[in-house]
Amino acid sequence: MTTDLLRLATAGSVDDGKSTLVGRLLYDTKSVLADQLEAVERATQGGGDPDLSLLVDGLRSEREQGITIDVAYRYFATPNRSFVLADTPGHVQYTRNTVTGASTAQLAVLLVDARHGVVEQTRRHAAVMALLRVPRLVLAVNKIDLVEYDEPTFSTIAKEFHEIAERLGYDDEAVVAIPVSAKRGDNVVLASENTPWYDGPTLLDHLESVPVDGPDAAAPFRFPVQTVIRPRTAEFPDYRGYAGLVGAGTVRVGDPVVVLPDGQRTTIEGIDRFEGPQERASAGESVVLRLADDLGVARGAVIAAADDAPEPVTEFTATLAWLHEKPLVPGRRLLVKHGTHTVQAMITEVADRLDVQTLERVPGPENLEINDIGNVSITVAEPLPLDDYERVAATGSFLVIDPQAGDTLAAGMCAPRS
Amino acid sequence: MSADVGVDFQTSSDSDATPLTTTDELDALESEAIHIIREVAGEFDRPVILFSGGKDSMLLVHLARKAFWPAPVPFPVLHVDTGHNFDEVIDFRDAVVERYGLTLEVASVQEYIDDGRLSERADGTRNPLQTTPLLDAITEHRHDAVFGGGRRDEERARAKERIFSLRTAFGAWDPSRQRPELWNLYNGRHKAGEHVRVFPLSNWTELDVWRYIAREEIELPSIYYAHTRDVFARDGMWLTSGPWGGPRDGEEVVTKTVRYRTVGDGSCTGAVESTATTLDEVLVEVRESRLTERGATRADDRLSEAAMEDRKKEGYF
Ligand SMILES: Nc1nc2c(ncn2[C@@H]2O[C@H](COP(=O)(O)OP(=O)(O)O)[C@@H](O)[C@H]2O)c(=O)[nH]1
Repeated sequence: MTTDLLRLATAGSVDDGKSTLVGRLLYDTKSVLADQLEAVERATQGGGDPDLSLLVDGLRSEREQGITIDVAYRYFATPNRSFVLADTPGHVQYTRNTVTGASTAQLAVLLVDARHGVVEQTRRHAAVMALLRVPRLVLAVNKIDLVEYDEPTFSTIAKEFHEIAERLGYDDEAVVAIPVSAKRGDNVVLASENTPWYDGPTLLDHLESVPVDGPDAAAPFRFPVQTVIRPRTAEFPDYRGYAGLVGAGTVRVGDPVVVLPDGQRTTIEGIDRFEGPQERASAGESVVLRLADDLGVARGAVIAAADDAPEPVTEFTATLAWLHEKPLVPGRRLLVKHGTHTVQAMITEVADRLDVQTLERVPGPENLEINDIGNVSITVAEPLPLDDYERVAATGSFLVIDPQAGDTLAAGMCAPRS
Repeated sequence: MSADVGVDFQTSSDSDATPLTTTDELDALESEAIHIIREVAGEFDRPVILFSGGKDSMLLVHLARKAFWPAPVPFPVLHVDTGHNFDEVIDFRDAVVERYGLTLEVASVQEYIDDGRLSERADGTRNPLQTTPLLDAITEHRHDAVFGGGRRDEERARAKERIFSLRTAFGAWDPSRQRPELWNLYNGRHKAGEHVRVFPLSNWTELDVWRYIAREEIELPSIYYAHTRDVFARDGMWLTSGPWGGPRDGEEVVTKTVRYRTVGDGSCTGAVESTATTLDEVLVEVRESRLTERGATRADDRLSEAAMEDRKKEGYF
């Protein structure tokens, strides 16, 4: 039996019912440990439905207890598919969490309260999902019970959201709106009798059947080298292979490749795994590559398709999502981690900042602060083979790191070369 | 990024070339774990794998062998020995170390008790006593990265744990200093004396672990499979009778067919009643226990004990 894996992120404003919805998914797919269930039942004693939001740490309780408001990961499964859900708290200030959750998501579920419809937060979340290139969106129009399962209310919200998504560049079929009641269970796992006017899938049906967009399997081949495998054993005296995760595309034995940033050309002599040699490897696979020529490749290099490789550069522009309380100060020494290579860097200019209310770029900000998103110019000490993030996320993304404290300061996405 | 943040966004479905392959879940989790293990090899000087001989640490060793094949695993393994271990597990540990040519480091709780650096707790449990020997071993061997088998599905509090989790020089976890983790770009920077706990199995569930063990035919200590054993009940668990404080007065020893879901300190690791003698049978049991309907009394009781055990698992995390 094989199952596949879908990584998704959820986002919503406080009190939209995200904890209840996630709890409902866990509960109705029976992905809940019995001790957690008992705790919920104990807490909701005295009759009534169990408060499913207790299954996950709700934002409210976290705030009350002063716990760091942070992305939490949940796991649930159906017979055909397993899900890794990045649950991102939706307080206005926490773009940081949305960015983090979105970075690995193949689909995002955004929540709105049916009584309030699309709000500013919804736009902000959708904008972040688009920026991070999350391939698919679901709008869960929650608390549909509180608007008497009213069809026009739902379609107005759905229409508005489709328009926003379209403006952000989403194709129509990549966006689905579903009327749900997390509390009562309507259209979450089971189709509801209260919404006879709705003939679309339930949330879980959709999550189960939506195509899983593999990690850039059709993009040009990119392979950041993690470590060099040199056994020097009696059995493998001269073996030299380059271990890594295929970041994008597909590689086959015999393919011409270029080793970046140096630019030497060679061909793939072998693709090895513990199980034995294989003919090809695709995005998401951890393998070892052997090259036809002895080039002295080290950690930090990127092996790329010879006919479609990025030109290494030391100056570039990128969109940064600033994640740290310490604001960005242009001119300060920083580090950039790109693939498996960490280099010294300096942000020379902040060109603009995104106004998440209006989605407009505001030119000439002095700096970027936590939760800000903006375009910057960066200079690095060694050439990096950067891709346009839209085209190849694996080699178009990077971290900005504080060299002293070691903290992660920002998430970076490279802009297209002009 | 004008008014439209992402211009000409396209979903991958409309790209030409190679059809998108659906990755098998276990393959995806395996590749992710191997990638994490190799990042540690690339970014740290002196990593170590925590190794108890239990299923999660066997999984880590198995994945580490795959990550560096055909070269040997480039890290030693470290066992925090509470002195209350099951003999079968210690024998198994030694056999694995021998078979794969690993270097074994042992931090012994018993030694700390014998020379007075630690004292036995009133309840006889040694799980909480593991921390000091572990941290001393990390300091002594100057380990800068420590692999653990922790998973985020184990309990709510773990759901926010990072894959690379920074620890202070005192081994403490400081939530305010945890770094956001984006894409698969892990940040392993740390100051001298600090170390990073690394959890390559973060995204695995218990069922994934068992399915993978079955698929890869990973050998486990015999106590994971049903066997008859003299046990007594305490705190709602079946504990094995042994030199470590059990049974006490009034605790009656009975013979049961049981298996363990985790291996740990014998004084507090409970067995569950089970007839699963093969991996496939264990797999069925794990799958069913996850699917147990609410209210199915006995199974529920058993499951909650087991879940509690999961949490205590390999105490040092
Ligand atoms: N009537 C109704 N109430 C809901 C629904 N979903 C959530 N709620 C309630 O809305 C409140 C906020 O829900 P919660 O899940 O904690 O919101 P969060 O802040 O988004 O995580 C709670 O009182 C829930 O019981 C729903 O579908 N219908």
